[in-house]
This record gives sequence, C-alpha cells and structure tokens, in this order.
Amino acid sequence: MTSLSRDDVAKLAGLARIEMSDEELVALSNEFTVILDAVARVQEVASADVAATSHPLPLRNVFRPDVVIPSLSPADALSGAPAQEEQRFRVPQILGEE
Amino acid sequence: MSLTYDDVIAKYEPVLGLEVHVELNTKSKMFCGCSTIFGAEPNTQTCPVCLALPGALPTVNEKAIESTIKIGLALNCSIAPFSRFARKNYFYPDMPKNFQISQYDEPICVNGYVDVEIETDEGPKVFRIEVERVHMEEDTGKSLHVGGATGRIHGAEYSLLDYNRAGIPLVEIVTKIVPGTGKYAPEVARAYVAELRDILRSLGVSDVKMEQGSLRCDANVSLRLIGVDTLGTRSETKNVNSLRSVERAIRGEMIRHAELLNKGERVVQETRHFQEDTGLTRSGRSKEQAEDYRYFPEPDLVPVAPDAAWIEELRAALPERPSIHRKRLQEQWAVPDKEMSAMINADVLDVVEATVALGADPTKARGWWLGEISRIANEKDVAIKDLAIAASDVAEIVALVNAGELTDKLARQVVEGVIAGEGKPAAVIAARGIKVVNDDSALMAAIERACAAQPETAQKVRDGHVPAAGALIGAIMKDTKGQADAARVRELLLGHLGQDS
Amino acid sequence: MIRNSASEMASKLANGEITSVALTQAHLDQISAVDKEVHAFLHVDTQGALAQAAAVDAKRNNGEKLSPLAGVPLALKDVMTQKGIPTTCGSKILEGWRPPYDSTVVANLKKNDIVILGKTNMDEFAMGSSTENSAYGPTHNPWDLTRIPGGSGGGSAASLAAFEAPLAIGTDTGGSIRQPAAVTGTVGVKPTYGGVSRYGLVAFSSSLDQAGPCARTVLDAALLHEAIAGHDPKDSTSINAPVPAVVAAAKSGNVKGMKIGVVKELNGDGYQKGVRNRFEESLELLAAAGAEIVEVSAPNFEYALAAYYLIAPSECSSNLARFDAMRYGLRVGDNDGASAESVMNLTREVGFGREVKRRIILGTYALSSGYYDAYYGSAQKVRTLITQDFNKAFEIADVLVSPTCPTTAFKIGEKANDPLAMYLNDIATIPVNMAGIGGMSLPSGVAEEDGLPVGFQIMSPVMKDDRMYSVGAALEAALLTKWGAPLLSTIPALAGSK
Repeated sequence: MTSLSRDDVAKLAGLARIEMSDEELVALSNEFTVILDAVARVQEVASADVAATSHPLPLRNVFRPDVVIPSLSPADALSGAPAQEEQRFRVPQILGEE
Repeated sequence: MSLTYDDVIAKYEPVLGLEVHVELNTKSKMFCGCSTIFGAEPNTQTCPVCLALPGALPTVNEKAIESTIKIGLALNCSIAPFSRFARKNYFYPDMPKNFQISQYDEPICVNGYVDVEIETDEGPKVFRIEVERVHMEEDTGKSLHVGGATGRIHGAEYSLLDYNRAGIPLVEIVTKIVPGTGKYAPEVARAYVAELRDILRSLGVSDVKMEQGSLRCDANVSLRLIGVDTLGTRSETKNVNSLRSVERAIRGEMIRHAELLNKGERVVQETRHFQEDTGLTRSGRSKEQAEDYRYFPEPDLVPVAPDAAWIEELRAALPERPSIHRKRLQEQWAVPDKEMSAMINADVLDVVEATVALGADPTKARGWWLGEISRIANEKDVAIKDLAIAASDVAEIVALVNAGELTDKLARQVVEGVIAGEGKPAAVIAARGIKVVNDDSALMAAIERACAAQPETAQKVRDGHVPAAGALIGAIMKDTKGQADAARVRELLLGHLGQDS
Repeated sequence: MIRNSASEMASKLANGEITSVALTQAHLDQISAVDKEVHAFLHVDTQGALAQAAAVDAKRNNGEKLSPLAGVPLALKDVMTQKGIPTTCGSKILEGWRPPYDSTVVANLKKNDIVILGKTNMDEFAMGSSTENSAYGPTHNPWDLTRIPGGSGGGSAASLAAFEAPLAIGTDTGGSIRQPAAVTGTVGVKPTYGGVSRYGLVAFSSSLDQAGPCARTVLDAALLHEAIAGHDPKDSTSINAPVPAVVAAAKSGNVKGMKIGVVKELNGDGYQKGVRNRFEESLELLAAAGAEIVEVSAPNFEYALAAYYLIAPSECSSNLARFDAMRYGLRVGDNDGASAESVMNLTREVGFGREVKRRIILGTYALSSGYYDAYYGSAQKVRTLITQDFNKAFEIADVLVSPTCPTTAFKIGEKANDPLAMYLNDIATIPVNMAGIGGMSLPSGVAEEDGLPVGFQIMSPVMKDDRMYSVGAALEAALLTKWGAPLLSTIPALAGSK
C-alpha cells in the first residue's frame, strides 16, 4: 500500500506552488492513500516489453516556416495584467537567483 | 594567504564542463511567429503563445530545427533519428508557462567533439573537447528590478517583466567532462568557446554576440588532487559574457576551490555568478537540494524525426571548418603568423576575406582594416564591425587608389567620410569634392589666377629668379585644396613663365 | 421555435420563415426564463449575439451564400477563448479575464455565422463529472433539478435539454461531452483526437482533450462537427487530412452489413439495470436495421481509469502552472514586501478549487523524480495496451458500442466527498480518449427505475468518425419510430419555460 504523509503532500504542494493549510494537507494525505492504491493498478500490466504511448497520434515532423506574423498590440498583451508599469508586467519582488 | 595559480596547479587537476547557450538568429521565435529583433519596445513582440495565455499552443519553427541539425553536424554529432521536446517544470516569473519547452532524454544531436589548438610550453597542442549533446529550448523573458540600490534582484521592491525575449530559440551545447587540460584549463575553455563561436558564425545560425547575450557560457569547474580518479564537487558559474571572462572565471574558480580544499573545507555544489568588474564569482542558488523538474514529453508537440536525406543535404552544405579555412587563407595570402593572429584578434578576418573576394589585394585589404579603420574604431571605442563601412566600400577605395584616382591621403578621407555616414565612396568623393587634380587646364587656370594675384612675384620668376616660384606654388595648392600634384604644378608654372625646368 | 432541431431552424432561416435575430432573441428569452434554475450559463453575451444575428440576416438579405448553420445560435463551453468575452473555465483564478484572441473553434463558428449566445458552466478546468466543481455553483439537470447534468460540460448539455440553445460546444478529456449528453438525453460527440483544433481550448490534459459538437439530434451534431473540424496549423497535433464525411453519414444512417462490436468489459456488474436494458434494446434495433452484432473483448480497459487518473493529472499539473498571478487572472496577497513566490502560492490556494488542487498534487507526484516510471511511465504503457485492444477489436468490428455511463444522473452532492466513486462515472468513456479515437453518445431512452435518460455510446476508429454517425443516425431513426417523438419531448417542463 502506497501512502503519502502530510509532509510528503506539503513538499508536493511546495513544488506545485499551492499554499495549503494543515487540515488540507492531512485531508489530502488521507485521500491519497486510497487514490494511489487505485491508480497503482497500472503497474500490474506495465511490463518492460510494453512501449510507452505519450500521444494518441503517430504524427512526426510538424513544423511551421520561419515567418514573422504580427504580435499582439502591447495593450492587448497587457490587457489581463494584474499590475503594469512602463508597458511591462509588474510583479512582486522575485526572490532567488538572478 | 591567497594562493597563486601555480600553487593550485601544482597540487590539483581541474575538470571542466561547459554549457553554451546560443540564441539562434531565426526571424521568428521558436514556438510562435513573433519577431526576434533585439532591442524592441517592451512587450511588442509577444502573442498568446509566448505570453502563455490560456489555450495557446506552440508550433515548431522549422528553421530552428535545421539550424540545430547544422550545429550538430558541424560539431561532429550524430543526429538522432527520433527526438522529442520535453517540459521542464519550474516556477519563475520570467518564464510565462512556468515550464520551459526543452529536450530531456531524447535530444536531437549527441556525441560530438570539437578540437581546439592552443599554445603550450611544448608548442601548439590540440585538445579534444567531447560534446555530449546539442538540444533545443526556448529563452525566457527579461526582468527589470525596481527599487533597491543596484537594479539587482536583492533589495528590489518589485520587478517589471518584458516577454519580448521569451520564446526565442536557444540551442544548448553541453560538453562531457573535460579532464586532462591541467594548467591550460582556462585557455582551453576560452579556445573552445572561441572555436564554437567561429563555427556558429560560419554556419550563419546565430549572431554569436556574447555582449548581447546571444551566446552565453556556463562553466562548471571542479578540482581533484593530482593522481586521484574521483571527481570533486563542482560549481557552476553563470553569466560569463566574454571570451576573456571565460578564462578569468575558470582561473578564479580554480583558485577559490583550492583555497577551500586546502583549508579542509568543502566546495558547495551551487550556481555562482561571475562579476565582470572583480573577476570573482558570487554565490547564487544552492543546488544541494536538487530541483525536481518533472520532465515529461511535451504533449502539445509531435516528435522530430529528420529523414536521412535532409540530414545529408545539410551535411553537404556545411561550410569549411573555421580553423581549416583560416589555414587555407593564410597560405593563399602568404600572411605571416603574427599578421594572421592580428586579424583574428581584431575580428576582421571575414571582412578582409570579403574585401579580397571583391578584387582587392590581400595585403592592401588587410592594411586598411587593421590600419586606418581599426584606428577609427579605437578612437570611437566601438567594434570594427559596428562601423558603417563594408567590405565593398574598402574594395572600391583600393581600386580607386590603384587606378590613380585617389592618393593614399585622399583615400583616408574617403574612408573617414564613409564611416561618418556620408554615403558610399563615390558619394563621399562627390560631396567632398575629393579628386586628384591632374587636369592641366584646371591647373593652368589656377596658375593664371595666382600670377594675376601676385604680378610682381610672377615677374621675378620670369626674370629668372626661380626660387620665388615657391610662393606661387603655395597659392596654387591652396586654390586647388591640396588636390593637385605639386611637382606637376611646378613644371607647368615654370613653363608658363618661360623658365623650362 | 426553440424546440426545433438546429437543422429545422436552419431551413426556416434559409427560406425566410424566421430571422436569426428573432431566433436568437427567442433563445435569450428562454435563458432569461429558465437559467436561474438550470444555471447552464456563466456569461450571456446578449448584445454580441444579437449583433452577430443581425449581421447574418443582413448577409442573407444581400443574397450571400451562407453556411448550413448560418444564423443558428450556439452555447460555448467556457473553456474556449473568445476575444473580449470572459473566459473562466469555471475557476476563480480566471475571474474577469477577457482573452485578446479567438480560439480556432470560435473562429470557425464565426466563419460559419453561427451565433454565439454565451459561455456555459463546467467543472473547474474540466475536471469533474457533475459540474459541481464549478467555482460559480453547479448546473442543474433539466430532467430533475436536484440532479447533476454530468460533467465537465454540464452547462453545454443542460442548455440543450432546457432549450436554451439548439447547439453547443463541449470538450472531452475523459467523457466530458459524452457523459453529460447521456444524462441529459442529448447527443454529444468526441471527434478523433486532432480532428478539431485545440488552439484556444484551455488545456486540461493536452494529449486527451478534444473539442466536439453537442446537439439534440445526430444530424445537428454532424453539421456542427463539419463547421468546427479541420486542420489547423496553430495546433501541431491537428490532423492534416480531410474531415470525415459525417454529415453524409448522418443523413444516410445506413448500417446494413456493418459489424457492431459490443465491448464485453463495458457492461454488466456496476451498470444500472435500466442502463443495461436500454442498451440491449438499442442493439436489437440496430440488428433489425441490418447491422451484425458481434462481441469483442478489450481486457486492458479495466486499467484505463487508473491510467487516466495518472496521465490527466500529470499533464494538468504542468498545464495549470501558468495560472500564477503574474500576467493575468486573480492575484492574492500582493501586499508590501510580499514576494512573487508567496503571491503565487496564495493565489493558487484561493484561486483553485479542491478537485483541481487534488489533481495537481497527484500529477506533481506522478511526475516527480523516483516515481515517474512507476506512475506516469506505467500509465503510458497502459495507454499502449488499450490502443492495441482497440486495434484488435476494430479488426473484428467496424464500430464498438457500450452504455455511455454505468448509471443515470445522480443527486447533486451525492458523490461530492468520494472522489473515487465520482471517477467511476467515466469508466466507459475514458478508453476512447486514451486511444484518441472517436466516440458518440446519443439517447437510448430512460431507465425504468428512475425515469432518467440513458446514453448509448458508439466508438469509431481514428478518422473514421463518419461510421459512428451512420450508426447513431440509424439508432436515432429506429428509436424515433418506436417512440413517435424525440425523447426530449417527454422532459418535464421547467417553470417559466416557453
């Protein structure tokens, strides 16, 4: 039986950038015990000799020519911005690397 | 206290790893049709795709694939018959989708090499740098950090994002680890990046301007005690934006690592940022807790499976390798080593070649580019290639000099005029009225004017006092703005005044 | 007027009996009258729809040649971008966002002069089977307002059953067109993957998502199918081939000599009695119409649900990363000194509903280092096995059939706290998405035990979508003969309905 602890879920929530309350973490950890058991069934038939399918169609080499097409106007590009300044998207301070 | 470089190499062997990112010079972005022109107004080259608006989908630029295959071929790589794009998932505001479309375990080119030659104590020596992979990905947007002291991220109050650069095609060229370079590690790294730059330029796939960021190098360095097989802990230095910096960054990191190791301390596996002003690196993000990028095949794109005919067509069209090409030119032009290096260092080899191709004599072409034009570039403190003068202009000027229509002195004025933006050589000559005056009738008119203006001096000459002619010649030269041939003026003047010389 | 089929409306428009403005107004009136109860719509674009209708009428008056559905109104699932019109995907995180561009489906609708009435309700980001996961409240099933209309496209299906629109657009990732069609007594088609462009369809699971037509008759679905389908250079996964002749197939409805394969694994235990009975009756009618019924086996279908609940969450964990409060949509916690990272975290906490978060976390886990092979990797292998099962089955049969869902519509709230029970709703529809083939659901009657609609599913091979239309049209015709009137004519009247 696979299970995810509260801390495991907290780590995943961090990777997925979702703040979660303690109750939510515990609740999800409980649900995952059930859900993971159900989805782990894929391992029963996924033997080494079976190829993986990542896409339903066997398409190859779909390209577009290197041609410039008109961009959005800056007004349209920024139309949804929660905040903007000097024709740029204004975002809170970025922590971490440069 | 501080170690010297010699101390470091006496005890340790450096191991390198180089990752070079190249912005391709396609007209449109990797996954959308937005323009890639450098320096446009913010967010004017964006669309639903490169802004990652909900619902937008990427489409692959065929030219970018072609350029990547060319790069792989030029670096002696195998081109994978089947390769895929993958999503590299991590959150960062300059990356609109919060994943980068890249390639993971199925890159398009693998297993190549680049040979570089450097001068060692034992003479020239070739080092082989093995290339692990060449893959495609996309660039991020640019952030401007506002508030705080330096425009740096630290202390900034907020940031402003411009996504013009987001989605510009990038090719990442990753070496295998490079051991065995010993004390030459910094030079080898520099020579590798320089060779790569030359190859990429010869392929015409990138602007390869390190200062504009179209070619960027991350240098991984680790040290191990000489004779030890296991690898030491590496640091990854980013932000290395010139050939000189590549060399300095590696040398600096080698010394920093050695100091730590000598003190019995540990090298931290981390990203470091190269500081152009001090030549030192500064600690960035620690990589001890490795990011989990959760790569998986990009479901919005289909695999790339270039057919053999296409690859062979591209292979057949590859230009001569720059190092071989240089050797051939040197022989053809019979240029001494020193002059050849001067041209390479001044980055004028290709314009000299173009000038020669347009008919100019190699020595003269080289003379102009390394002489007068270099001088002006130095004076203006700009790169020679950024001056507004082309190989065709220089070839034209050389031809005019050969035909006797310009003197060297006048030719310099024409060069100056072209660079000043006055137009092509013919236009500069016309506008400035530059001309070698060898038209006797024009000279005779000037002589007559001079004699009329100074009748007494003219009479002295007529009376046989030849040295007095100097004053008249001076006036005539002034009248013709110095364009007349002084000897011819003298001859005509004396004849005119009945004193056959 | 609003109870006609779309093709009947189209002929009345063509012969001048009605105008598009009048027809559009009639539907807007019906929406005003009943949508308080049904809540099929999240946004009604009254002005835009009437302006578009007036423009079509003007073109018609000028004698311009118009497309078959010109002037007929349609309801658009709120997962499709339409320039300038709010697009929320049923989520708080996109509240107020107005896209600056049209999806290809919308561009095609406009090109065909189909009048867009507004945006329909859905489970948040198409994750759900009941439309209860909408951040804007559930949609109610017009057959019984205490029941779910299916999901994720419950709004589109309910709008058809409530006569608020004769046509609708849905999207189907694991059954989101077909299951709502089944539980509302309407027709829903998931075309072959790549048959209809995904450009402008806000992605849930890129390798599974497919937009398709929703209607009240098979022919109407076919007409809409032809209007929206076709190759799109903006979607790299779009198929560059002619659209299958679905309208011709729907008009002929000929199944003589066709082999219809009954999938053994998609029936029996866990399927409601009335659902099984309607399925058997439909098979008899198809046999009577000249089809040969055969049995096929697809042993790996039993793993489809598990694989689906790994692949779809994995892709969604990445697709939904862009909702980060930086460029559009909701932004929470942007106080003095807050970091971009904390604003992202808080916005995503508040902006996403419970099911979306559950799937993002599950997908993050399935892709994470050390677990990829066991989960995502294994699920991809199951996908191969399912495709192989279909390929073998299609060697025996021209189309495959099954009940669309194991049960009829359940009560709102009944399964809200049991995700696994909820997921089981899609057990018969998911294999189609895994293999990228076509699937259709059409009404086969009501279950005797609860009087609620039951759906019949037809599956056809890649780019052979015309086959399911032939079979669908044949069954629809046979049922109509049997009943004497369309199933929807028996739906209880809604208060205020015309």
